[in-house]
Amino acid sequence: MSVFKDAGHLFRFAGLFVLAFLIFLVVRHFVVPKSFGQYGHYRGAAMGEIAAHPAKFAGHETCEGCHSDVADKKAKGKHAHVDCEVCHGALIKLLPAPAERPANIFERFIASIDPKGPPEIPFVRHADDPSSMVPELPDTALLCTRCHTASTAKPKGFPQVVPADHSNGVPCQTCHDPHSPGLNAGGAK
Amino acid sequence: MNLSRRQMLILLPAAAIAWKAVLAGTPEEASNYTMSEHWWGMLIDIPKCIGCGNCVRACQTENDVPDGHFRTWVERYHRSDWPMTESGEVTANPMIDPEVISPDGGKEGFPVATDESGKYFFVPKMCNHCADSPCTQVCPVGATFISPDGVVLVDQKYCLGCAYCVQACPYGCRYIHPTKEVADKCTLCYHRITKGLTTACCEACPTGARQLVDLKNPKDPIHEFMKTHTVQVLKPQMATGAKLFYNDLDGSVR
Repeated sequence: MSVFKDAGHLFRFAGLFVLAFLIFLVVRHFVVPKSFGQYGHYRGAAMGEIAAHPAKFAGHETCEGCHSDVADKKAKGKHAHVDCEVCHGALIKLLPAPAERPANIFERFIASIDPKGPPEIPFVRHADDPSSMVPELPDTALLCTRCHTASTAKPKGFPQVVPADHSNGVPCQTCHDPHSPGLNAGGAK
Repeated sequence: MNLSRRQMLILLPAAAIAWKAVLAGTPEEASNYTMSEHWWGMLIDIPKCIGCGNCVRACQTENDVPDGHFRTWVERYHRSDWPMTESGEVTANPMIDPEVISPDGGKEGFPVATDESGKYFFVPKMCNHCADSPCTQVCPVGATFISPDGVVLVDQKYCLGCAYCVQACPYGCRYIHPTKEVADKCTLCYHRITKGLTTACCEACPTGARQLVDLKNPKDPIHEFMKTHTVQVLKPQMATGAKLFYNDLDGSVR
């Protein structure tokens, strides 16, 4: 085989290439996250991690589970479609997270191939234990005026008043019950 | 053990099928949410928006959005009447040059307007969750993607913070998170919609101007709504397949 005469150095070189390729495959196996490419050119597990983010607004159905009296009153009034947490604030409060996520790129990368995933963020829910967390109700005047202050920029059909002229400084809930704001509903009890 | 060729030919496919069953046996998460059954979007009913800023505040609370950055924000447009000189000459085009304000993203509402002329309206903006999104195409590492249920998400563990996607978004909906140093954007409250809740902004909207829609759900009211209303998307000429539908959108909105 005269073709391969003096070709030993080429074979050694080819061997090196094969070895490097094998090392590449091994490193790649450990470095590329398992779920990468599951649905496309991204980490499939990322969706689960994003979905694990704790919610803070519990939704009006949760409130209505206990406060059915308010729900009944609200359903008959003009604010039927204004959900509870619009005014009362979020029902769930997160406690301080155990650890901040690593900031530098290298640590972040190590964290990304960690199969355990991020630590869970603890939280308290008003619905689980009403005393543990009470949703913050801002001043009624602020809540009412935020939506109902007259402005030509607002849709014409939306009920609006100039607060100073309308009530002369009397708080809104003297005449209007926020849960059912129509005057014939009787106002605050 | 002696196996005949006949036995072997029967056993091997059976073993293969059994192995497949073993592999498929344990799903990662026991959840009743199936991605392939949803295709999420949002409807924004402009005539209903009063510019209270509830959605912006709720989004910030729900998603820990840092001050000065927005996953959703509200703009107030004022399209004035056509300015004319006495001889009837038009001096400016309010369709091209409307007055737009968004103080702190509309978080604390808007200043009172007293001007009766022209047309005022509010335009809530957020990620359009495009079906053919330019932002996901430019990511060099596969950190941002369109999920199988039609939500554009960022894998913040994988993101390098190069900000190509921030530049690629035609709607300006992305930003670099100041402390995490990665791209951040609206997730369409993915953690809520996968659990059967609506998004925080929809939950907080007092007038129903924002509605989460599931285009794959045949019972979703969006289908009837689209038949009976003039629904548009922003920048349709970009062909991004935006799924943020605006009802009664004024021609001056960019």
